[in-house]
Amino acid sequence: MNFSQEAAVWSCTSCGGELGLIKVGFTYMKGNFEIDLPACAACGLVLVPESLALGKMAEVERILEDK
Amino acid sequence: MEKNELVAWENKCIQEESPECTSACPLHVNAKLFLKEIQKGDWDAAYKVLNKTMPFPAILGRICDHPCEERCKRGAVGGPLAIGALERFCVERYAGKKRVQLLPRKDHRIAVIGAGLAGVTAAWDLLKKGFSVSVFEPGDRLGGSLWDLPEQLLPREVIMEELSTLETMMADIRLGIQLDTALFEQVCEEYEAVILDRDSLRGIELSLKLDDDGLIAITAATGATDRDRIFAGGGTRFRGGFSPVMETLEGRRPALSIERLMQKVGLEFGRENEGPCSSRLHTSLEGIDPLPRIAPSDSIKGYMEEEALIEAKRCIQCECLECVKKCLFLERYKAYPKKYAREIFNNERILLGAAHQYNVFTNSCSTCGLCETICPNDFSMADLCLEARRTLLKQKIMPPSFHEFALQDMAHSTGELFSLCRHEPDKTESAWLFFPSCQLCGTTPDEVVSSYRYLRDRLSGGVGILLHCCGAPAFWAGREDLFKEALDEIRATWAELGKPRIITACSTCLNIFQEHVPAMKPVSLWDIILEVGIPDSARANGTTGNTVGVVDPCATRHNPAEQKGIRKILTSLGIQIEELPLSGEMPECCGYGGLMYNANPSLARDVIARRTTVSDNDYLAYCAMCRDNFASAGKRVSHLIEHLFPAVSGGDPAARSWISWSERRANRGRVKEMILRDRGERDEAQVEEYEKLKLTISPDVLKRIDGRRILEDDIRKVIFHAETSGKKMRSRESGSYLAYLQPENVTFWVEYSPEGDGFTVLNAYCHRMKIVGILQ
Repeated sequence: MNFSQEAAVWSCTSCGGELGLIKVGFTYMKGNFEIDLPACAACGLVLVPESLALGKMAEVERILEDK
Repeated sequence: MEKNELVAWENKCIQEESPECTSACPLHVNAKLFLKEIQKGDWDAAYKVLNKTMPFPAILGRICDHPCEERCKRGAVGGPLAIGALERFCVERYAGKKRVQLLPRKDHRIAVIGAGLAGVTAAWDLLKKGFSVSVFEPGDRLGGSLWDLPEQLLPREVIMEELSTLETMMADIRLGIQLDTALFEQVCEEYEAVILDRDSLRGIELSLKLDDDGLIAITAATGATDRDRIFAGGGTRFRGGFSPVMETLEGRRPALSIERLMQKVGLEFGRENEGPCSSRLHTSLEGIDPLPRIAPSDSIKGYMEEEALIEAKRCIQCECLECVKKCLFLERYKAYPKKYAREIFNNERILLGAAHQYNVFTNSCSTCGLCETICPNDFSMADLCLEARRTLLKQKIMPPSFHEFALQDMAHSTGELFSLCRHEPDKTESAWLFFPSCQLCGTTPDEVVSSYRYLRDRLSGGVGILLHCCGAPAFWAGREDLFKEALDEIRATWAELGKPRIITACSTCLNIFQEHVPAMKPVSLWDIILEVGIPDSARANGTTGNTVGVVDPCATRHNPAEQKGIRKILTSLGIQIEELPLSGEMPECCGYGGLMYNANPSLARDVIARRTTVSDNDYLAYCAMCRDNFASAGKRVSHLIEHLFPAVSGGDPAARSWISWSERRANRGRVKEMILRDRGERDEAQVEEYEKLKLTISPDVLKRIDGRRILEDDIRKVIFHAETSGKKMRSRESGSYLAYLQPENVTFWVEYSPEGDGFTVLNAYCHRMKIVGILQ
């Protein structure tokens, strides 16, 4: 999954900076994950696109729930 | 779940019970599978089914007296399957010299005296199990009475060939022996155990006790005679007629006893179902075409292949699955309660880290009780699943997503935004206490308030009001702590008010109170209406003459009086009733019950979608959640209270659309506010800053985000946080903002743009995976 398109569309309002693809950590039901996502390195703001939240992420959530 | 509990659950589900044909067969030949293989056209496989259980299938397949047919379920719809004739066809065409699998040789020597069908069967069984067997036969050939059967039925060469298998199996065969007491005693001395075939030994004095037929007396269950190590069987021709299949059983039974004797285990234990036995399998014959039995065109030669195929295809392959046929949840997981019980048992025992796979299943049951009503043995998936949910909680592996939204909704109903308890205005006593239910207040706030005013007007002694949740969501979630808390609160309030009689407008609340606080003597609003009379407002409503399909809620399954009362009210309103197939004691849940909608939303959507297609008429519900679930699936549906206390006179309540979860909460708040206003009080619940944000949401977006279980207040929290902290992103394309917040377990994302003094919500989505942050 490449979210560079999303990174190009959105900018961080706090600092006005660009979003770059940065490794972001997630955790759910004792599982830890890393994904390269658009994020503002300066402010720590990250972007989880809708397609990821409702797609792969929801899928992994369901798998972990049945573990 | 303990092992013994699993066994009890499994025993309740009869799907795996042997069908009537197999149970009736003394040898328990799997006739159902035999017929299934023929239906597929696989005659070799069909023959293998016979060969698995029958000794000498080429003989028995031709001559079996087929007691299976008498109990065949097809008997009631066209005539029993011709299993005997099909077996004959099968062995005539497809029996060949099959290799007999022998178990490793055992160091035990057994004698069989008399080689009728019982004797050769005993020899066959024992040889297969690895025993050394000597067969002593006074005559000059094996087979006894088999030789008396007509040659057309049983050709001589078949007897010779089939029985020659014993030699192949290394039997020591001694024909033409002079059987007398001396030889018998000698055999008893030399061998570890002896089986006597009574078919050919009647009249020979062997110093064994005889029965009334003059045959060697035996214990029926084991074939044991009055002497140790000596067993006997056979001789049906002296007891009402030669029965090949019983003769076979009577050879098999003492052979099994000898095996047990050699293994030094009890002879009698666990043999109740040996031989013909009863079957608990239930098979519905509803809708089965009564096809007549096919007679062979040549009655002497038997079936032609084509005839045999047509006949076999009449087999209905008996099975129960009654609950699975009616319940989408049970059907979806492709098994039946017995297997589900086993899966749940296994699921509880899985070591940490391995896949559980049955967590979603356990939490998908609506606990409606339909399966229990349908099941001939009252198997309750509800009880099984609820107990399993409590176990998942104890094991701390219950995923929060399964029930969190529902429990938050319940917390709203038990919290200060809704809960309220008051005597009737200007009264200090309550003979009655109206408990309209949280979900009905969420659906029809104005109608609830009108009904309360009506009750106050018509009932004497004071009608108090109690706005709260009965605790059902917590009960369904397995959260005994929360359930007890909710119920304790209600019980304490009720006691404080002087224990008035509870009137509720929700069948689930009624059930919960009846079961857990019977002293409340709860009564339904509809029963009270029937007693005090239908309000004039109802009669003025424009629904007269319409026909509606009455949707009985699953919670009224065991309350026919309430169901009858509803119909009485509808009739007196001039509304025509259509009885839907799953009504009365058979209603299905709308998907709200058991929190199915929360743990398995797609299944709940399918359940409701299927039910909307049953009738083209408008539906009439008397459960708030039934109403709302049907409405959200696009079905025209109204709630009874909308007819009795219409908010708009002459309106069309079935035209009201679906209601969002946010609106439900707002409606509950309105009920509280209206009731307080009636009393001249003000709602003093504190309004948070974020709650003041004004939102504009298009109907499409609203429907989408409601399906994602995102509340308008969740959205307000995100926007409030973004606007006050400045933590948000801006689109270079549209100028809209995107922000996120994780107030509790869920992270909500909102895309919005400022609009006047409020905000337009363009989209919202959420996930449960927690953002840890940027990794260095």
